[in-house]
Amino acid sequence: MTASHAPSGELNTIPGLLAHNAATIGDQPASREKEFGIWQSWTWSEVAEQVNALSLGLLDIGLNAGDHVAIIGSNRPRLYWAIVAAQNVGAVPVPLYSDAVAAEMAYALDHCSARFAIVENQEQVDKVLELGDQLKNLEKVVYVDPRGMRKYDHGKLHAYSDVQQKGRAAADTLAPELQKRLSALDYDSTCVMLYTSGTTGNPKGVVLSNRNIIESAKSSSAFDNLVTGDSVLAYLPMAWVGDFIFSVGQSYWTGFCVSCPESADTMQSDLREIGPSYFFAPPRYFETLLTRVMIRMEDAGKRQLKMFHYFMDHARKVGPALLDGKSVGIIDRLKYALGRVLVYGPLLNTIGMSRVRVGYTAGEAIGPEIFEFYRSIGINLKQLYGQTEASVFITLQPDGEVRADTVGVPGPGVEIKIDDNGEVHYRSPGVFVEYYKNPESTASTKDRDGWVATGDAGFIEDGTGHLRIIDRAKDVGKMANGAMFAPKYVENKLKFYPNILEAVVFGAGTDMCTAFINIDLTAVGNWAERNNIGYGSYQELAGHPQVLETILHHVEDVNKSVAQDAMLSGCQIHRFLVLHKELDADDGEMTRTRKVRRNVVDKRYADLVKALYSSAKEVFIDTEVTYEDGHKGSISATLKILDAAVVAQKAKAA
Amino acid sequence: MNKMDSYITEDGRTIGAAVMEVKNITLKFGGVTAIKDISFDIRRGEIRAIIGPNGAGKTSMLNVINGFYHPQEGQINYQGQTRSKMKPYEAAVSGISRTFQNVALFAGMSTLDNIMAGRQLKMHKNFLWQMLRFGPAMDEEIENRKFCENIIDFLEIQAIRKTPVGQLPYGLQKRVELGRALAAEPSLLLLDEPMAGMNVEEKEDMSRFILDVNDQLGTTIALIEHDMGVVMDIADRVVVMDYGRKIADGYPADVQANQAVIDAYLGVAS
Repeated sequence: MTASHAPSGELNTIPGLLAHNAATIGDQPASREKEFGIWQSWTWSEVAEQVNALSLGLLDIGLNAGDHVAIIGSNRPRLYWAIVAAQNVGAVPVPLYSDAVAAEMAYALDHCSARFAIVENQEQVDKVLELGDQLKNLEKVVYVDPRGMRKYDHGKLHAYSDVQQKGRAAADTLAPELQKRLSALDYDSTCVMLYTSGTTGNPKGVVLSNRNIIESAKSSSAFDNLVTGDSVLAYLPMAWVGDFIFSVGQSYWTGFCVSCPESADTMQSDLREIGPSYFFAPPRYFETLLTRVMIRMEDAGKRQLKMFHYFMDHARKVGPALLDGKSVGIIDRLKYALGRVLVYGPLLNTIGMSRVRVGYTAGEAIGPEIFEFYRSIGINLKQLYGQTEASVFITLQPDGEVRADTVGVPGPGVEIKIDDNGEVHYRSPGVFVEYYKNPESTASTKDRDGWVATGDAGFIEDGTGHLRIIDRAKDVGKMANGAMFAPKYVENKLKFYPNILEAVVFGAGTDMCTAFINIDLTAVGNWAERNNIGYGSYQELAGHPQVLETILHHVEDVNKSVAQDAMLSGCQIHRFLVLHKELDADDGEMTRTRKVRRNVVDKRYADLVKALYSSAKEVFIDTEVTYEDGHKGSISATLKILDAAVVAQKAKAA
Repeated sequence: MNKMDSYITEDGRTIGAAVMEVKNITLKFGGVTAIKDISFDIRRGEIRAIIGPNGAGKTSMLNVINGFYHPQEGQINYQGQTRSKMKPYEAAVSGISRTFQNVALFAGMSTLDNIMAGRQLKMHKNFLWQMLRFGPAMDEEIENRKFCENIIDFLEIQAIRKTPVGQLPYGLQKRVELGRALAAEPSLLLLDEPMAGMNVEEKEDMSRFILDVNDQLGTTIALIEHDMGVVMDIADRVVVMDYGRKIADGYPADVQANQAVIDAYLGVAS
């Protein structure tokens, strides 16, 4: 089935859409999950039954309308059903990041006073129970996977299937109550609450209504012609607004099937088996994948390698043009078709993207070479720009107008304006209701007319109407001599090198820019193996003289490229060091969505920053680190500080 | 402590009567005495550790238990039957399976195939039926594949299901080998240095799996291990061997305090 079916206007809640799908496309697959090596699937009617049983069960164990229900775990159909079941009974689902340590979860659980938590497995149960008395409101924990749970005290705990059984058993007595709760829902009742990752300060609970989610899902599905027959793989955190829009909003609106991988480790092979037609991944995913492809190609035979490079060169030349529907000569077309048979087709199949019709990346800037690579082999990869507060979509790239350096045009129904400081503001039907229990932040972010400040600095490009983002507005500063300082711009250029995983550039209010750099263990480790360079640890590899030299070359290349831009040429990097550990979310240095928390890094590594601005050649550092299980240790190292050549600005101009 | 009493451990597992009694075993290779007059028992549901310095005769002891070596003296009483000589095949049929100190997997086969190989004893259809992709042999294979998939899920090795085991790192190979041993649904599982050559994290994972196997599948486990810390953490009772003799036997805390054990491990001249 490929035709789009359009739910009528009164279907204004997610539970309403589920009922509609069960009635109209009840025999189509809605959820899939790989379990015990086999893909299990559930049709829309089956999902409706499961959700109904769980809703009744939740009523039975005492869930009230208006309660908050924490949903914690990796992508599992049963957790997605739990979201809808919570909505059914008038409660507010609050998906949380499942890889967060207990202490991090405590804030959100306490802030929303969750009475119920529906969690994936023993690991998550342990985290919630560990918090114990800190969470005075938490009464019940429902777990999906019973493994290892036998000996737990079941005073607070319920197995998911038991709750469903209770619901089925009490269906007759509870059905009227469920009906009453359902009919109380409307377009403006809360659909979900999502916590922002909190680059600064505590996370904020973003309240999104049915209107926000359904309007966003509706317009974005129309923008990319998403239909019932499409398919996605849900592998990004459930607490992230993007996953909510794709796996719940758009899926329930258009009726396409959401597949969940067996485990995080098998995602790549599950992707290959499912072959989704609609795919979203952060830039880092595409970078890592490309690095892996290239590393594996280096192991290929000479003839294959030659063929690969020959056809890849051709793809780079004509692939993007073909994708955009521009005119390409017949010879080039034939050569591309041959390349498709010999190289691009098998490659797409290997990376699980043979069927990708629409692919998106967002969250961070993507390297132009990486972006072009995927487009050249025929993946319609596009960029979008969005926020939790906007129910994702602010701008998207329409087919045929895709470029690496813009984030597209305003989505349907979205208005954009740039204020005097260069900050981007928007207004749309997707704009959030409020920050939960935080009227001050709500007021400072959203004005009376519904305009929301993004916190990003950018501009609308003349002629094309595309939005370009420069940096976080608060990070854009001035250097001592008054020149513009945009750290992200330089960091992104650095991160486009496969050897560099992360970079943090300093320079606001000073007379020169400096940087911390994290090496990419996959790329650099592979290079070390190839060149017979032995290393015992990340730290040793990061401090290896040849690694430092390679990074120095990269930094100097970036300086040359930065110098081209008259406005930003002051941002060239004079001195830098390679960090002895990866910046890590467990240490609070990054958010769970892997964005650097600049203020934390500033504070934690103040000594290193000071050394960068002295004439020191090396610096000693002792850092406290937090392991995954929460216990702490420390690592110390002596780091070398390197001086990079910069392009003199005056000389360039003359 | 009476041998027939069953009791409940602090973490709520039931330890039953002895399933295996090893009596006065002596094993010689020519003039070398590898094991001298050793007796101990293994009780249902417990984790029994055999420890000792290098060359103490631990692996020989395991080989005797599983019928690979035939002792010159003594006998083994297993599940009510007394045998002085048992063939490895008979040991397998009677519910004993094991892993090896040096991983002994089929390197060219996938993880799944290796584990399925451990299931061979449970498959009864003949070769001709097995050549067909339909019929009773196929049903049997599906049934057994389900069991193996449960093991894969249990050991969290889904990501390497189809990977040839020769390509896997050592720690994972050890896990696959445990999976293969579990596929036979053993009533007694023998583990020969399951944690040798592993780093701290891998050891923690392996300890967790051993405890889970014991707790959730109710399997009795006898294991040989070098790492004293691990043994003291997970074993219910410990036999200590030195130069082929038993020098101590008891609960971890008692064994740890035993002067003979301390001497053997610290190498004090006797």
